[in-house]
Amino acid sequence: MRHLIPEFEALKARLPPGENGVLVLPCLRRIQEDRGYIADSDIAELAEYLGVPSIQLEEVLSFYTMLRRKPIGRFHLQVCHNVTCSMRGAERLVGQLEQRLGIKTGQTTTDGTFTLNRVECLGSCGTAPVVMVNERYHELQDSGSLDALLEELKQQ
Amino acid sequence: MTGRKVLMNFEVTPTSHTLEAYLARGGYQALAKALGTMKPGEVTQEIVNSGLQGRGGAAFPAGRKWQVIDPHDGQPHYLIANADEGEPGTFKDRWVLEHSPHTLLESMLIASYALGVRNSFIYIRGEFDLPWRRIHAAVEEAYAAGYFGKHILGSGFACDVYVFRGAGAYVCGEASSLLSSIEGSRGYPRNRPPRLTVKGLFQRPTVVNNVETLSNLSWIIGHGAAAFREIGTAKSPGTRLISISGHINRPGVYEVELGYPWAKFLHDDCGGIPHGRELKALIPGGISSQVLTGADAKVLTPHDVETLSLDHDVLRQAGSSLGSGGMIAIAEGTCMVSLLRVMLRFYHHESCGQCTPCREGMGWLHRIIDRILAGAGRPEDVDLLYRISKANDGTTICGLGDAAGYATAAMLDRFRDEFDYCIEHKRSKYDGNLECLPFS
Repeated sequence: MRHLIPEFEALKARLPPGENGVLVLPCLRRIQEDRGYIADSDIAELAEYLGVPSIQLEEVLSFYTMLRRKPIGRFHLQVCHNVTCSMRGAERLVGQLEQRLGIKTGQTTTDGTFTLNRVECLGSCGTAPVVMVNERYHELQDSGSLDALLEELKQQ
Repeated sequence: MTGRKVLMNFEVTPTSHTLEAYLARGGYQALAKALGTMKPGEVTQEIVNSGLQGRGGAAFPAGRKWQVIDPHDGQPHYLIANADEGEPGTFKDRWVLEHSPHTLLESMLIASYALGVRNSFIYIRGEFDLPWRRIHAAVEEAYAAGYFGKHILGSGFACDVYVFRGAGAYVCGEASSLLSSIEGSRGYPRNRPPRLTVKGLFQRPTVVNNVETLSNLSWIIGHGAAAFREIGTAKSPGTRLISISGHINRPGVYEVELGYPWAKFLHDDCGGIPHGRELKALIPGGISSQVLTGADAKVLTPHDVETLSLDHDVLRQAGSSLGSGGMIAIAEGTCMVSLLRVMLRFYHHESCGQCTPCREGMGWLHRIIDRILAGAGRPEDVDLLYRISKANDGTTICGLGDAAGYATAAMLDRFRDEFDYCIEHKRSKYDGNLECLPFS
């Protein structure tokens, strides 16, 4: 993570001075964006840089669902299965993805291309059901659009 | 049309979210008015006079929260816009962030001036994609134009803003939990007292307001509290952004003047229920508000249009609340046992784990409802669900624990027969269906 330190320093300009804790989540998110996950060495180096105990970082990592300590597939597919998405066909989408990809929820395809997960409400209820691919929302999904999306991702 | 507008009062185009478009429709003039002609205390008084209530869920008077803060007491104060929109069914703040981000920024500057805030934050939920890109771009535009930083509009007022992205935790929408998250810890809620306006972020006085609440400020300062009070009802002035979803023909975000006829909203503005089905139930303000049956909500009979309206008091009398404005319409033929299962799975997943009744209770509720739906329900299970839900009442640090209990009890109260049926017949009365399908 050390090569990211200049970026972290730049963040301080608009933050209250002397409060290093406020950098914990922004730094962890940036490291994950860079490496794909947060490695043990990142925890040690970030703890040293911020002057916070590494156990604090471990606690944070085990609390927030978006942070991970292991690599996942190139495309992270997350299907919202909360109330409105379920009322508009989310379960059928999960079934379709499991069938097409040959994996169960929580698994990664053997070629490392896709990881499939269920996720709680993404705030996309008006355009349900929603499937998130990495950082992007794909809203108003149905069986046809989902197949088209998978094909598009396989081409990338 | 859904009454007079405060926020959705312009045409959305591919560029209407930019600074240029915002300035063209009179943007940042309210900030100039506040900085040039009003003292900080006068701004706060104007918000108190406007009667603006919080739009995040609790409907607490915004101005009264502010009055606790003394802007001149010599210590740092913080302002947080709560954009951790995570209550299922709610997607209204997203509209502000995507389409009118400068309304929020101008309003935050006005609030920061009134409260003596040097550093402010927008805590946006970690998953948000377009809303994050839009608010991030708007912040950069505002800095470049000199609206943030030092000597704002040539005055002595200085203020910074930082868009803080969450990392996936429903509980962080709770104000004290949000502060723990900014401080770099697990998002654990804190016991009150002390109130956050006394000891909040970094143990300093802090105001946390919902995005929509704050976004009303530029209009109120621009037009005056008296003009704001002319909109809505005497007890609930202004408008609410209602995000409606589920079994409804035209889901989306609507700005509704408080006191607007409810049936008209559902059937005319939102196009009614698909496939000509009847409304079975309605969740009025996010899944943690208590579900109403079609009959409670009185939205089925046209002659009630005159008497029932959308405002905080009416919803309270109906045994629920307008909550976060996240309305979910549920059509006849939907299995309420399965619906409650989705809710309990969510609460179980999202309990932060600090308080025993919520951490253990949500897991128990989830497992019991799973067994009922799997055909292995026991005769005592409904009573057990009630007992566990009520164990949360007043025994958890944050309000989310209580709300989960109330929401569960309301589902049991209003659809008891479906739960009993499922236990007795070992299957759902509606085959576990959650979708609104055409009549076959």
